[in-house]
Amino acid sequence: MSTGVRLKSCCSMSLGSLFLMVLCPLPAEAHLNSTGMGPVYDGLLHFLQSPEDVVPVLALALFAGLRGTDHGRRALFVLPSAWLLGGLLGLASTSSGNSILTVASFLLLGALVAADAHLSLLATTLIAVLLGLGHGYLNGAGMGQPEVGAIALFGLVFMVFVTVAFSAALVVRLRQPWTRIAVRVVGSWIVAMGLLMLGWNLHGKL
Amino acid sequence: MRDLRQPAVGRWVLSVVTIMLWVQTAHGHVKNGEAAGFLSGFRHPMSGLDHVLAMIAVGLWGAQLGAPAVWLLPVAFPMVMAMGGMLGLLGVPLPGIEIGIAASAILLGLAVLSEARPPIAIAATLVALFAIFHGYAHGTELPPGQSGLLYSMGFVIATGCLHGVGITIGTIHRWGWGQKLLRMAGAGVAMAGAFFMWRAFK
Repeated sequence: MSTGVRLKSCCSMSLGSLFLMVLCPLPAEAHLNSTGMGPVYDGLLHFLQSPEDVVPVLALALFAGLRGTDHGRRALFVLPSAWLLGGLLGLASTSSGNSILTVASFLLLGALVAADAHLSLLATTLIAVLLGLGHGYLNGAGMGQPEVGAIALFGLVFMVFVTVAFSAALVVRLRQPWTRIAVRVVGSWIVAMGLLMLGWNLHGKL
Repeated sequence: MRDLRQPAVGRWVLSVVTIMLWVQTAHGHVKNGEAAGFLSGFRHPMSGLDHVLAMIAVGLWGAQLGAPAVWLLPVAFPMVMAMGGMLGLLGVPLPGIEIGIAASAILLGLAVLSEARPPIAIAATLVALFAIFHGYAHGTELPPGQSGLLYSMGFVIATGCLHGVGITIGTIHRWGWGQKLLRMAGAGVAMAGAFFMWRAFK
């Protein structure tokens, strides 16, 4: 075989390999920031550093608080449980989620808060389950370290519990009309954020 | 000897390129641009006097109109403004943006000046129409490398705070001297709007 033919063959192989490699990128696993205090605190910090998770949880807590004590109590226990289940399912999976779920959470929950929608307890429970399963799954799938991730999930779920407990309890106690309106204004802000996020997402795809 | 070396070089290049392209999983990374994204979004509405005056005027007018406009306008504005931002991000053409923004300052200023009391549906529609122009112009300017979510949060929260400033100032409406002062402020906003309009046509 002549040198030219060898070089040509080598270049073809290189280009072929390059093309295959570019087509098969590995997903980036694990985005837990280290606190240096162990995976429980890493999970806790992860939640606090993720506005895409904090805002929908806050929105559900505000909505449940506006609807009263029963709704608040239901969200308090259902959301973290569903989040944990979703997280464990996510840890076991290899697929990663997409941001459309986050956008949908912002839009739906923000609209419910802004409209002060009068939903039944069952509807609040269903929303809490769907929110917990969806966002928990995304968290679990994003962690990518099953052994550490499972422990981190407990820290994360604890923070979800604390966020719902404080926020819903605060809103349940509001009696002055203007304070409830202020909560609804926050709901409209969440919808606005969701709309802009939807714009960013669609903009990225166009 | 020369014949043997050249394929060896090719294999080395192939190996190096393969290793470089074979993306390793990232175990833990610091989130970059998060705080910058929020601050950029928060500062953006404050950076343009046209936006600031219109937002404050919405709050002033809401305070003059009283309930339910005082809370309906600030609830409607951010949502419609974000829809305007979405239109901008999608590249939907919207002509006369600067003119629309200037007109919003003029009309909102005149509404405050005259203490106009249209039906709530008309007031909300008018404010929503202006919100589209403001969102279109300001909501789409995400600096590169920053978080879109946090930019959006900062932008929306800053706009809401400007409404809050307007409503808070508008609480002086309960006193006679306060009503006069608010009308003067409305005149100031309308005059500034006229200047923006002149600049838009310049």
